[in-house]
Amino acid sequence: MSTEPQIDVSQILGHFGPYGGRFVPEALIGALEELEEAHRSSQLDPKFGAELAELHRTYSGRPSIITEAKRFAEHAGGARIILKREDLNHTGSHKINNVLGQALLTKRMGKKRIIAETGAGQHGVASATAAALMGLECVVYMGEEDTKRQALNVARMKLLGADVIPVTSGSRTLKDAINEAMRDWVTNVETTHYLLGTVAGPHPFPTMVRDFHKIIGEETREQVLALTGRLPDVVMACVGGGSNAIGIFHRFISDPSVRLIGLEAGGDGVETGRHAATITGGTPGVLHGTRSYVLQDANGQTVESHSISAGLDYPGVGPEHAYLHDIGRAEYRAITDEQAMHAFALLCKTEGIIPAIETAHALAGALQVGNELGKDAIIVINLSGRGDKDVNTAADYFGIPLG
Amino acid sequence: MTALDNLFTKVRAENRAALIAYIPAGFPSQAGCHRVIAAFIAGGVDAIEIGFPYSDPVMDGPTIQAASVTSLENGTGAAEVFQALATASAQVPAVVMTYWNPIEKYGINEFSSAIAANGGSGVITPDLTIEESQGWISATDKSAINPIYVVAPSTSDARLSQVTAKCSGFVYVASVMGVTGARTSVSAGAADLVARVRRTTSLPVAVGLGVSTREQAKGVAAYADGVIVGSAFIKALQDAPDEDSGLAAVTELARELSKGVREGR
Ligand SMILES: Cc1ncc(COP(=O)(O)O)c(C=O)c1O
Repeated sequence: MSTEPQIDVSQILGHFGPYGGRFVPEALIGALEELEEAHRSSQLDPKFGAELAELHRTYSGRPSIITEAKRFAEHAGGARIILKREDLNHTGSHKINNVLGQALLTKRMGKKRIIAETGAGQHGVASATAAALMGLECVVYMGEEDTKRQALNVARMKLLGADVIPVTSGSRTLKDAINEAMRDWVTNVETTHYLLGTVAGPHPFPTMVRDFHKIIGEETREQVLALTGRLPDVVMACVGGGSNAIGIFHRFISDPSVRLIGLEAGGDGVETGRHAATITGGTPGVLHGTRSYVLQDANGQTVESHSISAGLDYPGVGPEHAYLHDIGRAEYRAITDEQAMHAFALLCKTEGIIPAIETAHALAGALQVGNELGKDAIIVINLSGRGDKDVNTAADYFGIPLG
Repeated sequence: MTALDNLFTKVRAENRAALIAYIPAGFPSQAGCHRVIAAFIAGGVDAIEIGFPYSDPVMDGPTIQAASVTSLENGTGAAEVFQALATASAQVPAVVMTYWNPIEKYGINEFSSAIAANGGSGVITPDLTIEESQGWISATDKSAINPIYVVAPSTSDARLSQVTAKCSGFVYVASVMGVTGARTSVSAGAADLVARVRRTTSLPVAVGLGVSTREQAKGVAAYADGVIVGSAFIKALQDAPDEDSGLAAVTELARELSKGVREGR
């Protein structure tokens, strides 16, 4: 078994093969260089590492546990199914890992204000939380459509002291929230850090956000070895921008026997055009400062994505995933809304765990792959978040009357 | 030498700044855009920038965002952009301004040759960094058009010389940190940035972002070779009760601004 990842695709000027890089107005270059340097020096600074580790241990509750899902596994060809419980982190998802790291970097750079985009609201809640903890001003941009889908999280952010700004341009979802956050950043870059919530955007975001999430895979690898005595056959995660997926994948990239499978949001089905499966149904292009796969038309205009899950409803994807796809190291499949909601309900009833609808896409993928591989397989799923925020959507979907 | 290069030689000889007007292709309609170009010429603009509307214009304020939406709803694609470019370049030097992805999607060599084939002098690429420019620089070299980059007040001196070394035609100076849109005053930082740019290059320098009045044009013309106006023209069209009065307002504004660029020195 190897010890350290062998394929280092990350350090060549922020490129992952032909993907990644920096496609931004010149006004932002200074801030990106400053951030890159803050990230680089902090990675070498034992004090920074210790401070972040302490926050993980005493604030967000790391290491997160693993749970074997035996009753759920009966529906997955009898394969062993192991859940990495990022849903048990403070604020309810993996997002807190990245947010605590970037909030510490914000202080290190002497900035006092953070802005963030959010789709499902999980990243916005995590950002508002870290801002409250560290005494930073926080503004969250959220598509108007998503403020309706995720009303509970809007209230949470406000309780935590953040300003939530509904974005009314374009499709009024995550992509437009990012546009608006970037406009704010161009204007206020001297005082403000843009706390981007996934492994997309211009360099150094894809690398830096991955570095803050790779702890998920590092813990998982040890925990699974201790539980089962061997490496898993498959590691799976849902892919919106791709942060929880790269977080759990990264430590396994250099273990060639481990299949890495990302599950994208297939919406009504990729063939209908109403989906958010960027790698499965998109083409290479540039969006939000990075080159990767993009849902776009013949003129290079971004096409609106569709998913029942606000957190996966994004027409782009992180550049490292585009690269892992092209070199064949990771596979990507699309899961429809219907398949995701079936898996959502199944986990509730078989394991007593209500997952986020984003996460339910990974669970649906595990049902497929478990049935393909059978009972000797060990499958690890990143349970990226809990579903409290989705109770309204799910009740509506399953026709459960509220009140 | 492109038509744009020749224009700056001429305005330097006349000891004034050039007036450069921006309009997105397909705005306010496909035919309307060609009428706006005529209105620009009637008002005396020296050069025209045709915008390629884009779905995610992160550098633009509400005025140009709204115009981009209208233009995309009007079905604007590369063909319409090149038609508008051909109309403009038949009369004055003309360039295209576009976010990067439409170029990449079209094919960088193909895009560059299409600019030249339609009489265009160059392309302004506000989100293309010099690090990602290798293919584009050789494409524009081959087509003999000007690659034009945008610099900002936050750009360091060291980086300014790297960026201006890749530029030709002119250097586009963004006068403020922020997005496009008319402002009540043009930032004092613009003059300072123009001076810093001039220490790195002998290329002409044009200033954009926020200019909307004759007074402002005059102020900028005191130290810059070009004054770029976009949002103010679009606003004139958006605010007008009908297209004809909008076009009249565009010509009137262009006349005023073209006086401004002659009064600066
Ligand atoms: C629980 C959960 N999982 C996954 C995602 C998708 O993001 P990513 O692909 O970056 O992990 C989100 C985003 O909001 C989320 O809230």
